[in-house]
Amino acid sequence: MTLREAFTNPWGKPRALRLVTLAYILWSMLPVAVAILFSFNSGRSRSTWQGFSLRWYVDDAASVARDDSLRLALLQSIRLAVLTMLVATPIGVALAIGLARWRGRGARPANFLMLVPLVTPEIVMGVALFLVFSNLYDFVPFGTWAQFLGHVTFSISFVVIIVRGRLFAIGRDYEEAAMDLGASPREAMWRVLIPLLAPAIFSSFAIVFAISIDDFVISQFLSADASSITIPVRLYAGARQAPPPSLNALATIMLLTTTAAVLIAAQVLRRYGRREGQPDSAVAALGRLDI
Amino acid sequence: MPTNLQSAETEAVGQAPWTWPVFAAPGLIWLVLLFLVPFYAVLAVAMGGIDPIFLKPLPEWNPLQWDFTAFGEVLADLFGGQLGVIAMRTIVYVVVASLFSVLVGYPVAYFVARRVERHKALWLAGLLAPFWINYLMRMLAWVNLLSPDGLINKIIGFAGIPEQAWLEGRHLTVILGLVYGYLPFFILPLYAALDRIDRQVLEAARDLGASPTQAFLRVTAPLSRQGVLAGLVIIMLPMFGDYYTPNLLSGSPRTRMIGNQIDQFVNQTSSQGGQGAALTLILMAAVGLLMLYYLFNIARVTREARE
Repeated sequence: MTLREAFTNPWGKPRALRLVTLAYILWSMLPVAVAILFSFNSGRSRSTWQGFSLRWYVDDAASVARDDSLRLALLQSIRLAVLTMLVATPIGVALAIGLARWRGRGARPANFLMLVPLVTPEIVMGVALFLVFSNLYDFVPFGTWAQFLGHVTFSISFVVIIVRGRLFAIGRDYEEAAMDLGASPREAMWRVLIPLLAPAIFSSFAIVFAISIDDFVISQFLSADASSITIPVRLYAGARQAPPPSLNALATIMLLTTTAAVLIAAQVLRRYGRREGQPDSAVAALGRLDI
Repeated sequence: MPTNLQSAETEAVGQAPWTWPVFAAPGLIWLVLLFLVPFYAVLAVAMGGIDPIFLKPLPEWNPLQWDFTAFGEVLADLFGGQLGVIAMRTIVYVVVASLFSVLVGYPVAYFVARRVERHKALWLAGLLAPFWINYLMRMLAWVNLLSPDGLINKIIGFAGIPEQAWLEGRHLTVILGLVYGYLPFFILPLYAALDRIDRQVLEAARDLGASPTQAFLRVTAPLSRQGVLAGLVIIMLPMFGDYYTPNLLSGSPRTRMIGNQIDQFVNQTSSQGGQGAALTLILMAAVGLLMLYYLFNIARVTREARE
């Protein structure tokens, strides 16, 4: 069957399409798989396999555990992601609730302001933050503080989008029922709405952690010295300098960290789904995590 | 959807009218101080001068005093100077990489969305996997493979082909790097659009006498147009501002893009901060249409979710 037939006949067996898709998935995964494999190489080569070892993770002087620049990058990435997650999520949840219900005159521009960071190219945001911290907010030092402020800024809108999807799905009936039964507005919020929002709040934590640890442009524009280099910035700086396999090891550790965060989130979402009578695959939940 | 009467009632028994703006306030104040004000700082630096002693940009916060020298210099260079060449190259790279993305991405998204019968979750996982691998790691993987002592040179060595300098200023390497980097972000929205198409609509087309080709061209293709457009916007926006892909996969002035120029103006030569800011504004104006399209798309999706 030709590719053209494969496209046009929805009742035939699409062998050509399957082949193209398989080739694409292989092409997208293979280079990364090779990079991970060679992080376990016992030699320095990135193309000749010399046996399995954890040398580039723990033993060697250039390993992730012993090379300061690699270890600090790992710590900085995790520290930044945790800080960002803890601050951006509550701010974003409150903003989502506020924007979904506020009907006054300021609501439209406020909504617009929330959406624009989502569509602004990262380099524009990076330049803007760099220039404002060097020319106006010069009391904020470059490095962790500036990076933290920058990461929260691009994360807030993601939280709003995730949480308000759930807000619309819930509607206001449950809170109104609670208030009819004598709950004060505050009790209705804390004992009805927030528990109902829990899955969305939880995925916000996971997503913010993931996008913060994943960020390169903002982290690079706002870094100061070796102590504020994150993993992606370290990968960027080291990639073209004939790096030892420990750079691959650092990237692999980062991949494991994000994967763990995502899997935990997917498991929790799945459990919530089951409790609400919608058994759901982890993959579908993952798909929904992304926007 | 509650009627107006009901919602008025809700306001009456529920929270005071100022409650919701108060909820929104911390986030909005944050975005004003760390998104709007920084954007104004770009304007102020672009329209400012240079500190004669420290050779640093001197922002001009008062619009009445704005000085368009740096802006004019950048524009002049853009129309007829070296910057024009770089801008042209950026456009060619992005357009070619986007075309590649559609050619590869459409069949893949179409197959997984419409034609997979079993193990759909597994196929979908294959499409989603690159999302959880850092962009820089994915580029590092290619630097490994393409470096002089890398696997690719070794493999072609077996076939008797001499070693190639893949990473030294080759247009194709950078374009394929962009495709590799951004293709997953194109596929996902397209997958979602194709997945939404009702199979019964296609069956109706067939029942009414459309050939399979006609059914695809006149039903599936138009219904997936929104998905293609959304995917293109999502990948073109970051591609236009990319500087790390050409730096990692080439690093040569031959493959310099607009993003590299901004990075150099702002990060490396502090006396040219004004030019960097001006170029950032020009870039933003150039991709403004893409941003607006994306913005209205998000707003529309949200509105639909609400109703």
